[in-house]
Amino acid sequence: MQNPSPTPTGEAAPSPSRWARFLDSDLFFAFKTSPVAIASFILSVVMIAAALLAPLLATQDPFNPAVLNLMEGLTPPGVTNEFTNKSFLFGTDPQGRDMYSAVLYGTRVSLLVGAASVVFSAGLGVVLGLMAGYLGGKTEALIMRIADIQLSFPAILIALLVFGVARGIIPPAQQEEATLILLILAIGLSNWAQYARTVRGSTLIEKNKEYVQAARVIGRSPFLIMLKHILPNVMGPVTVIATINLALAIIEEATLSFLGVGMPPTQPSLGTLIRIGQQFLFSGEWWILFFPAITLIILALAINLLGDWLRDALNPRLQ
Amino acid sequence: MFAYAIRSLAQGLLVLVAVAFISFSMFRFVGDPVANMVGQEASVQDRQELAERLGLTDPWPVQFARFMGNAVKGEFGVSYRQGRKVSDLIKERLPATVELAVLSAAFATLFGVLFGVYAAINRTGLGSNIIMTGSLVGVSLPTFLIGIGLIFIFSVELRWLPSFGRGETVKLGWWTTGLLTESGRKSLILPVLTLGFFQLTLIMRLVRAEMLEVMRADFIRFARARGIPERAIQLRHALRNTLVPVVTIAGLQLGSVIAFAIVTETVFQWPGLGALFVNAVQFADVPVMAAYLMFVAAVFVVVNLTVDLLYFLLDPRLRSGAKIAKGH
Amino acid sequence: MKVSKTSLWAALIATTMLVGAAEARTLKWARSGDSLTLDPHGQNEGPTTALNGHIYEALTERDHTGKLLPALATSWRVLPDDAKVWEFKIRPGVKFHDGSALTADDVVFSYQRAMQPTSDFKGLLTDVVEAKKVDDLTVHIVTKGPNPLLVNNTQQIHIMSKAWAEKHNATKAQDFKNKEENHSVRNANGTGPYILVSREPDVKTVMKRNDNYWGKGAVPHGISEIIYTPIKQDATRVAALLSGEIDFVQDVPVQDIERLKSGKGLRINSGPENRTIFFGMNVSKDDLKSDNVEGKNPFADKRVRQAMNMAINRSAIQRVVMRGESVPTGVIMPPFVTGWTKELDAAPTTDVAAAKKLLADAGYPNGFSTTLHCPNDRYVNDEAICQAAVGMWGQIGIKVNLVSQSKSIHFTLIQKNPPETDFYLVGWGVPTFDSHYIFSFLYQTRTGSAGSWNATRYSDKDVDAKIVSLTTETNIEKRNATIADIWKTLKDEAIYLPVHHQSLSYAMKDAFDIPVDVSNTPKLKSVAVK
Repeated sequence: MQNPSPTPTGEAAPSPSRWARFLDSDLFFAFKTSPVAIASFILSVVMIAAALLAPLLATQDPFNPAVLNLMEGLTPPGVTNEFTNKSFLFGTDPQGRDMYSAVLYGTRVSLLVGAASVVFSAGLGVVLGLMAGYLGGKTEALIMRIADIQLSFPAILIALLVFGVARGIIPPAQQEEATLILLILAIGLSNWAQYARTVRGSTLIEKNKEYVQAARVIGRSPFLIMLKHILPNVMGPVTVIATINLALAIIEEATLSFLGVGMPPTQPSLGTLIRIGQQFLFSGEWWILFFPAITLIILALAINLLGDWLRDALNPRLQ
Repeated sequence: MFAYAIRSLAQGLLVLVAVAFISFSMFRFVGDPVANMVGQEASVQDRQELAERLGLTDPWPVQFARFMGNAVKGEFGVSYRQGRKVSDLIKERLPATVELAVLSAAFATLFGVLFGVYAAINRTGLGSNIIMTGSLVGVSLPTFLIGIGLIFIFSVELRWLPSFGRGETVKLGWWTTGLLTESGRKSLILPVLTLGFFQLTLIMRLVRAEMLEVMRADFIRFARARGIPERAIQLRHALRNTLVPVVTIAGLQLGSVIAFAIVTETVFQWPGLGALFVNAVQFADVPVMAAYLMFVAAVFVVVNLTVDLLYFLLDPRLRSGAKIAKGH
Repeated sequence: MKVSKTSLWAALIATTMLVGAAEARTLKWARSGDSLTLDPHGQNEGPTTALNGHIYEALTERDHTGKLLPALATSWRVLPDDAKVWEFKIRPGVKFHDGSALTADDVVFSYQRAMQPTSDFKGLLTDVVEAKKVDDLTVHIVTKGPNPLLVNNTQQIHIMSKAWAEKHNATKAQDFKNKEENHSVRNANGTGPYILVSREPDVKTVMKRNDNYWGKGAVPHGISEIIYTPIKQDATRVAALLSGEIDFVQDVPVQDIERLKSGKGLRINSGPENRTIFFGMNVSKDDLKSDNVEGKNPFADKRVRQAMNMAINRSAIQRVVMRGESVPTGVIMPPFVTGWTKELDAAPTTDVAAAKKLLADAGYPNGFSTTLHCPNDRYVNDEAICQAAVGMWGQIGIKVNLVSQSKSIHFTLIQKNPPETDFYLVGWGVPTFDSHYIFSFLYQTRTGSAGSWNATRYSDKDVDAKIVSLTTETNIEKRNATIADIWKTLKDEAIYLPVHHQSLSYAMKDAFDIPVDVSNTPKLKSVAVK
């Protein structure tokens, strides 16, 4: 693709055709010719599909404690349990939960927490960052000070706050179910400032470039300028952060559960499974840690590789 | 610029007050310190009496006002957990965390920039693919797992490095350092690697991405056209322009490093502020929690201020930009 | 109850290999938490007592099996003419670490100090009116009424030097309202087998052997230096032992015991702890918010409680969750406690069908749903026990939501008045080794001074009266009969659902052989070194 050498007229071209052209030629061609992209795409799709279809693929519902048999606990992979004569592909955890089913359901939870919280925080951060960078003045000061406050709070503390308030509001019987939404909120709210700061930084640079100043001169509304001219140009760093943050959000959930406020062990995410599994690092029950950990790594790797490639491919200046 | 700094400083103070306010309002959700401060034999009455003596039964605006009044005087009371002055505790634990955080940040920035530049210059090479993939595997592992894994390999199996603590430390006035003894230096390696690893991958990816962008910019083309050697373009022109966002992120990361130290310090029993805070949260030790949060907020304010000022120094365009922004 | 000092010590000497005590031998000791303060009356808490007990001593002590022995007192008795007065004879020739001699003044001072509002031990001495000096080596402790059990509490009241405390302005335990640190928080002057050398809270505490110890020659006292380092994380603590950085580890995770047993040069000692783990529930008639049953409280029905008790598969929990490191039980009383019998200890056999039938009889053929509160950082595998039990109740149709959280929050729910939980897990140790301790905290109606851990809302006037009568009953036989009587009623009521007695494991290098202490306060003076 040619260098867009941004001019007001060039930017004013209707975007649908440009987008269609993009899909038609360059992006798809780049995709076809990149084995890394294809591999990571297939991996991601397979894992997302597996997570979505977990109820069909799993051998048990690992979130229903009543179906677990404690006497089947700690059965190694492929070994027949001496009490029930059942065997398990990935073994069982100390509660007798089938690790294969647990990993499927855990992937589902982790992906959901990760994706939802990244969308939430990136959306919030980009909007606020654009406003701060472009509008400046009081708006900027206010937004950036709030961002400072957010950054002053380690994620764990924001999570604690959200959890604590929720404990006061939500009746105990629903708390277990509400944890998922709380986590999305907590992780999302603890990460938006990073986007906001980066977007503001890039916006400050972009808005003084000729094409933006020209757009302003011809009387375009600030909203349109932000959306059409500045936003596409700040998306590079946002993609980098969002990519990393998807894996990061999944890991933050794991860290929260390490410190005691993640998904409950009755509805484990991959992070919770890893947290539980790490207790068995020295004791020889490697499968309790290994399968969730390797799944998390492959998942994050695939998503990150795909994100990396997408960023390079979508960035016109890197062609 | 001076006015800008003063204004930022004033805003920073506001941030501090806001942090104090928010953190104070959430303390009651962390738990009740009285439950931890008395033995199991204490009666309902005893508990009530202690809560009253500590002022925990007052409405929380009153508690907050009292806390702020004391905080202004630099007075944070005594720890409910240890019965010691909070200011002493912070002073005692500060060196361990600062040493860990600064070394981690230095490690992360140095290797992050190095690897990032390498991966950007040799975009398709084997080495850069290994680095990029390795970094992805790295960010896919939770910090606590990396720490425990390192302990397992280097302490238990190889027995090269200590698994916990700071080793022997040397006192320099009120400061303590582990850098002057062999056991102190050895003890630093695993925690620094654990804490710095995450930041390293982040900085590295950022440097690579920014550098690739900059390398496409017009002024690089002009430089090439003028026949300046590729190496010089990469290092002098491209790297310099890459540094603006990198400084932002790296600066912000220094703050995160201190916050993230919570996990690393817990894993390695590192006697720093993070471990102090985790213990305080578990005990609902309100004075220590409050002081720690104020401290972290203060660090962030300072870091943010510095990053803002560095923006001005690194990117001359911003100086006029700021004027335009103010001209609205 | 007079104990012959000579016969006891003779027995100890005879059974102990006396090694040359001069040999230098350091023990590096780690457990999950640090002592919170060195103040002898500041914190009545496990790790604090365990560490401080090496520096400070009390009138009496308990050996690792829980047997009460003389320490700073050589003998004690209730005065024959006044049942309200206990007389203690102080051991002559005992010196504090600063060289001053122990006298009755120090004992009286320490008891007064322990009874002050800022002391955390005043709860043990609520019955005490005063401590009086009779002569230099005799002290009288006067109680409100006859108190046959007082001596059981004396082993927890450490004795400190009056002169030292006065000199350093530490005549009271830390008042947390104060803005200054009490001198006694990081400094110590006791009579114990080890002398404080240095202390960095949460990091490292160093103690050296007290070569002028009064018990020298009677105890092995083989360790010449103790370096105590708390390590919070289980994995790190085990790693430190495996890598050889630590000699002795407490709080060994149950899943690591097998690996450590097979480790070269390592020794594991296991034994029962004085602590029982159980579930409690709100048995009042009020409708509960935490369940889906409208208009009544399912837990108020004895059949529901019995059904839930029957649904718990204790041997599966013992085998899989605890890896054998527990003893299933049917009563919330550790076996060391007066009043314990085999019959009481017997747990109901797991019977899902019978449990379902009981539930149906009670009017819940389809079960109901409720919420369980569980700590996740207090007892061995507490969260996993709750999880397993939730599954077992699920099998009889009771859907239990599990809320597990840190002990700071969990215990507050129980202690709040009224309690903020209807169903919870808790563990209970009995430092007095007497049933009354269990009754008064866990079963007696909650009032200002009693029932502080009774979040079940259980309240029975007859039982309360019997519990109160125990405190003044001096006839041992009659008292034991009352205890048995109370237990019979309570066991039938199934107010609590007992799970197991928790076991303890200590892991150490095999040069040391440290026996498991039932109170989890290891006494290192009694350790010989190979």
